[in-house]
Amino acid sequence: MISPDKGIGKWIEDRLPIFEFAKHSLVDYPTPRNLNYWWNFGSLAGITLVIMIVTGIVLAMQYTPHVDYAFDSVERVMRDVNYGWLLRYLHMNGATMFFIVVYIHIFRGLYYGSYKSPRELLWWLGVVILLLMMATAFMGYVLPWGQMSFWATTVITNLFSAVPLVGESIVTWLWGGFAVGNPTLNRFYALHYLLPFVIVGVVILHIWALHTVKSNNPLGIDMKGPQDSIPFHPYYTAKDYFGLGVFLIAYMAIVFFAPNFFGEPDNYIPANPMATPPHIVPEWYFLPYYAILRAIPDKLGGVIAMFGSLLILFVLPWLDRSKVRSARFRPIYKQFFWLFLVDCIVLGWVGANPPEGKFVLIGQVATAYYFSHFLIILPLLGLVEKTKPLPESIAAAVTTTGPPKD
Amino acid sequence: MTAKARPGKTTADEDGASRRDFLILATGAVGGAGAVLSVWPFIHSMNPSADVLALSSTELDISPIEEGQAITIQWRGKPVFVRHRTAAEITAAQDVDVADLRDPESDQKRAEKPEWLILVGVCTHLGCIPLGQKQGDPRGDWNGWFCPCHGSHYDSSGRIRKGPAPKNLEVPPYVFIDDTTVRIG
Repeated sequence: MISPDKGIGKWIEDRLPIFEFAKHSLVDYPTPRNLNYWWNFGSLAGITLVIMIVTGIVLAMQYTPHVDYAFDSVERVMRDVNYGWLLRYLHMNGATMFFIVVYIHIFRGLYYGSYKSPRELLWWLGVVILLLMMATAFMGYVLPWGQMSFWATTVITNLFSAVPLVGESIVTWLWGGFAVGNPTLNRFYALHYLLPFVIVGVVILHIWALHTVKSNNPLGIDMKGPQDSIPFHPYYTAKDYFGLGVFLIAYMAIVFFAPNFFGEPDNYIPANPMATPPHIVPEWYFLPYYAILRAIPDKLGGVIAMFGSLLILFVLPWLDRSKVRSARFRPIYKQFFWLFLVDCIVLGWVGANPPEGKFVLIGQVATAYYFSHFLIILPLLGLVEKTKPLPESIAAAVTTTGPPKD
Repeated sequence: MTAKARPGKTTADEDGASRRDFLILATGAVGGAGAVLSVWPFIHSMNPSADVLALSSTELDISPIEEGQAITIQWRGKPVFVRHRTAAEITAAQDVDVADLRDPESDQKRAEKPEWLILVGVCTHLGCIPLGQKQGDPRGDWNGWFCPCHGSHYDSSGRIRKGPAPKNLEVPPYVFIDDTTVRIG
């Protein structure tokens, strides 16, 4: 074992204090002693990102980014490349797992008020990561060049044609032609390879900001001294490892037993620019935004609402006026939190269905509620909600009264 | 400039401070403008290249298309609808108060010869291909085209009547070379 106190370890440490840095941020990092399992999902997201990059790099070695060969090269990965099926299914379902983990991570932040002062920038960096993830996932979905790849690209890039005056020019620029075609596929491949590394960069900033302001916790109160914290290692490394085991069981169960469960059968039909599939749906993780897009009976309005539903997360720290972070001490917010979660699931369900009949109205009501949650309910709750008394400290709450019940 | 002429500025001028300020500002402005302009080649490289821009035009023999029939051909990578309209469809398209339309346009302006309607078959909402070309396709509430993606209805002149699309189906540039041949593009 290399030690920073002697020999080659000291030689390195004197020139680049990397051991001190690692010990400071991975071992000694003081963590609230009361984190529950909802706090596992940050590290799970990081691990999933690594899995996506590793599987993605080996898949890239087999893939051909050309409209005439892309579909066949993916089928070749599935049939001829050694373990190609495994790598592709890991990558494909890795995207699903990544979004599940990140959505749980976000809703945990919403429940426990992790976006509030002093964690606004930490939250912002998280939203940036989410946006980058969405762009990356979308461009990755295009690469197999099936029917859904092609038509999802057409629909999503056409969103930009709603921009007044320059919309058409923007879309032509995005495509590199007059329709989605080979130039589009090439640039999406280049960006799909690039963006994950940009995400790694923002993740580093996210962790840096986290280690500056320290983790929030289920009580939502600050750590006041050493009695409130425990070192990250071995306590949370052990807890994270256990969570990783559970996560991998679920992930591998999907990869081995239902690898196409989250996919669309239409994407196993090669892209045909002359025929739109009768029912275009995006991947499940985009369904709520797709429902919001379709809820507004106006092209520009729909596009603004869809992007707005994400961008509103940036101003969330200032829309929520309550000084209390954790929903445990906010009896009314707690109910609205669950309503909001249900609303997001309803939007996803509407997004998966054709824009006809009851789905139109349900989609519009759910969209209105989505925005009301941020723009009306949260600011009002900050004024009218009577919060429960906060515990004196983390240590006091978890050692004298036993674990809080909820 | 002598010290006597501008007593207040003496020290700064002798140090060359104001000259340095000017140089920093001037080089900063030129360098900044240059940096911004140098971005253009990178952006413009993503626009359609010369080979893509070398537009093709497509000629089509329309004589085999029976009244009431429609065919789809490809032009610049996009589908183009060519419909031989029936008398009923023409009347329905012309008997519309143009002022009531979302994208007001008379049928006479959209079809050079009333029996031949030629359209770019791309929904103006988000680019799907509307249904209505084939026998048995849903043709929407106005007997034209129906976009399955987000539910836009187009009438028998290809004008938007209901749903999220903002504009009528585009009419491509075309000329009738003779009675049975049309050139698109």
